[in-house]
Amino acid sequence: MKIAVCIKQVPTREWQPRLDDRGTWIREGDASYEMNEPDAYALEEALRLRERHGGEVVVCSAGPSRVQQVLREALARGADRALHVESDALAASDAHAVASALAPAMSDEGFDLVLTGLQSDDQGHAQMGVVLAERLGIPHSTIIMEAEVQGGAAGAAPARIRVKRELEGGWFQWVSMSLPALLTIQSGINQLRYATLKGIMAAKKKEIRTVALAGPPEAWQQIVSLSLPVKGKQTRLIAGSPADVAKALVASLRDEARVL
Amino acid sequence: MILVVAEQRDGRLNRVSWETVTAAQATAGGEPIVVVVPGGDVGAAVEEIAEADVARVLAVEHPALDAYTPDAYTAALAGVVSQTSPSLILLPHTYRTRDFAPMLAARLRKPLITDVTSIAGTGAEATFTRPMFQGKLVAEVRPVGSPPFLVAVQIGAYRADAVRRGGAAARDRMTVAIDAGAVRQTPEAPFQEARQAVDLGQAERIVSVGRGIKSKDNLAIAEQLARALGAELAASRPICDNGWLPMERQIGSSGQTVAPKLYVALGISGAIQHLVGMKGSRTIVAINKDADAPIFEVADYGIVGDLFEVVPAIVAELEKG
Repeated sequence: MKIAVCIKQVPTREWQPRLDDRGTWIREGDASYEMNEPDAYALEEALRLRERHGGEVVVCSAGPSRVQQVLREALARGADRALHVESDALAASDAHAVASALAPAMSDEGFDLVLTGLQSDDQGHAQMGVVLAERLGIPHSTIIMEAEVQGGAAGAAPARIRVKRELEGGWFQWVSMSLPALLTIQSGINQLRYATLKGIMAAKKKEIRTVALAGPPEAWQQIVSLSLPVKGKQTRLIAGSPADVAKALVASLRDEARVL
Repeated sequence: MILVVAEQRDGRLNRVSWETVTAAQATAGGEPIVVVVPGGDVGAAVEEIAEADVARVLAVEHPALDAYTPDAYTAALAGVVSQTSPSLILLPHTYRTRDFAPMLAARLRKPLITDVTSIAGTGAEATFTRPMFQGKLVAEVRPVGSPPFLVAVQIGAYRADAVRRGGAAARDRMTVAIDAGAVRQTPEAPFQEARQAVDLGQAERIVSVGRGIKSKDNLAIAEQLARALGAELAASRPICDNGWLPMERQIGSSGQTVAPKLYVALGISGAIQHLVGMKGSRTIVAINKDADAPIFEVADYGIVGDLFEVVPAIVAELEKG
């Protein structure tokens, strides 16, 4: 089975937001980057499916040259090769621009299954996977907690995939569809593996195929401004030594908020 | 015209549909509002939502819409949009909307803006506010191109009880064609994994832990605080993903929604998926080492500090009586 995993490079969780001079994007020079965590779960699921069914795992990302960091990381965790749609213009692009950038490069590959995280920790549109499925002309299902491949042996019925979708409030649902298909993976579906030294060494020899983006990104939205959130509530900040803080908080909860 | 896509399951209206109507009323600026209710049998849901002050409620019924699939919903709603020519299409940002709305937008070749918390301006001229970077930043965005624009409104951003009621809405039906071969997903019946043993919705006080707790062993600190407060223990998603606490104790969009008298957030940064599950709490205490954590935006009392020092001190203070 030929499995693609779309991964995004996003600022690290510890990153403190700093805005550029125009106030429409972050100061990229100040950010350090890592693999979008939901995509790491998608990668892990792809590696597990390959262990069960054979085939190869190809990691795909659209962005400036810096995104090769996370592609290399994915190769070190066990992906077989990488596809990079490169353009500096994709640094701040929205879900539609990313899907439109990836679709032509990925359609040539003829993947059986495309996985991605359910959303990114940066712009967080939660749209890229579904738009990509539509662009590739394949069915999709989202927020997946379990995936089982059925059939597909030579001479047998064409392969299908049966997946467990998470609904809200503790509900779930199984859905099945023919391959090729695209799934967005819910975080927590599996336990992540990390790169071993052997994996890191092996990754150096693996291929990253770079494709230049043809034309400008096809954005769906324009960021007019970015800002730090304004507090909707008056927060009383309590400062001091742990003992002082504890005393003040407990007194407030008793006498002011009356919740104890 | 503003089109609102209401959500129903088994004929029952999802309450968040009211919030979306409230958002539509706030942004319509004189344009008529039409609510569309897709499904297999939506009569009761149509009657319910028709109490809102809107121009028209459209039942879109088809056997293929009985059990939800993104393909059937996309086909049906693409048909509705082409027959009604709205300027904005508002949807509640539910898991179902996440599943089909990006496909509908791609099919229509029109932009979709998700997780919208407020709308400034009216109709196709509106600007939309949405969180980015896990709530660390807020973005004002404009859709690119020509309307209609699709907008998914964050749960809780508009109030269901603020909806203007009218009762004079016209009830209508619209016929849509859904090619049976176009529906590629085969859905099975939804189910609940296990009866929820803990109903956190009934708890008066909740102590909730996030990534800042660092390890499963450290949960003991939170448990001590919960005991001293007479509170239930809960967590944000990553803690349950790690298996440190069972999924049934998860607060947020994929877990339970709670509104206790007291909610104490320990080491929770406050990603929007968590905030939607607890921001209705009466009194919120946040303890976090990161002063910029979004949790402080909803907190009544904030302590910027090391929870491993602060929490034992609070336990000691409570035990003094």
